[in-house]
Amino acid sequence: MVAVIDYGVGNLFSLQSSFAAIGQEATVTADPAVIRAADKLLLPGVGAFRDAAEKLRASGMDAVVLEEVRRGKPLLGICLGMQLLFEKSYEYGEYDGLGLLRGAVRPIADVIPPDYKIPHIGWNALKLCKPCALFGRIQDGDCVYFVHSYYAADCADALAATTEYGAELTAAVAKNNVYGCQFHPEKSGGVGLNILRAFCEDV
Amino acid sequence: MITKRIIPCLDVKNGRVVKGVNFKGLNDVASPVELAEYYSANGADELVFYDITASAEGRALFTDILRETARRVFIPLTVGGGINTVDDFDRVLKCGADKVSVNSGAIRNPALIGEAAKRYGDQCVVLSADVKRVDGTFRVFAKGGRENTGMEAIGWIRRCVAEGAGEVVLNSIDTDGVKRGFDLEMLRAVCDAVSVPVIASGGAGCIEDFITLFETLPKVDAGLAASIFHFGEVSICDLKKRMAERGIPTRL
Repeated sequence: MVAVIDYGVGNLFSLQSSFAAIGQEATVTADPAVIRAADKLLLPGVGAFRDAAEKLRASGMDAVVLEEVRRGKPLLGICLGMQLLFEKSYEYGEYDGLGLLRGAVRPIADVIPPDYKIPHIGWNALKLCKPCALFGRIQDGDCVYFVHSYYAADCADALAATTEYGAELTAAVAKNNVYGCQFHPEKSGGVGLNILRAFCEDV
Repeated sequence: MITKRIIPCLDVKNGRVVKGVNFKGLNDVASPVELAEYYSANGADELVFYDITASAEGRALFTDILRETARRVFIPLTVGGGINTVDDFDRVLKCGADKVSVNSGAIRNPALIGEAAKRYGDQCVVLSADVKRVDGTFRVFAKGGRENTGMEAIGWIRRCVAEGAGEVVLNSIDTDGVKRGFDLEMLRAVCDAVSVPVIASGGAGCIEDFITLFETLPKVDAGLAASIFHFGEVSICDLKKRMAERGIPTRL
């Protein structure tokens, strides 16, 4: 069973539906007992970093997630949920993340040419950088759906995939049992479902 | 390289797709859910559901359909029609919509875009503008294109983007239904005015119209159409193959 961490951020309907579509049990929960009993953890998130980080702490979910990850349980962060895995974010200030991965979240405006639109929104190709269990069922160059204005920087040791948008932006990260996707697998058609399937079955 | 999006639009009334569709291999061509699945499997990059129901029962049916679609289709889903308040945003987002498009609702209450963007993020708020030339200037029309608001269109669109609209769907009333190509002049004016994604709507009649759109206006991010897809006049698969042949970035 995959526990989808519910800390009051975002709409989890599509995410839950996508697990149902691949025949996997996913429970949206804020119950530490359910999270401890789960095989895998999924950290979702949309909106602003500060707000999400505060809610994660206020709900006490941060401590439960950190404890389970330290015990070796696989964790997948999606979109803002991926950004929360890092040490810091510089979205409207400077805020601490979970610190599970080295690196910081910075505005894509810092690295892309000025005539590129922000947010980076739409389908873009993945460039796979290292073997990763998440990507065993997809191909280099497959397109996935992105919506973001910030990206994970200085994270070379975890970088698993990038995407080209006037610069090479971090698309996915993986280190030990911690995984993250900047894009939305639950909105990326068959490719996205195959990534979620890999998380459930191959990780 | 970000790809150019191809977006079919479904008008839904009392739970059924209106304007009719003509497809082989679909059991129920008027079922929005089945049509959405069909498009998703055949290359659509995103779907727009437009609720043209007036009654409360029709509205409830629409949200049921939305929920069922979001259970079965895993590409972005934009919902429009009857969005007048932040509660309307909430209602459709809870049923699985990813983005919400506002048109007359923003004209009636210009604060709506800002309120929704603050709560759900800019990426969630799509401005849909129906624009028509009147005495040589672009004017915004309301109520499905029936009512001239008198507002100058480019200024209106710029203002909505400043308020927080994260994307603009530009529907040219002048070219809509004519099937002789998108309104390149109007689209160029909008692309020059805003820095958010622009989705072209109105006027596509054949594959070449999309090629001309993306080659002439590289700043346009997506092409939207309804009946030419529904009636099989343009197959999204063929369209995207042709785009790829011409070097236009596309998701195959």
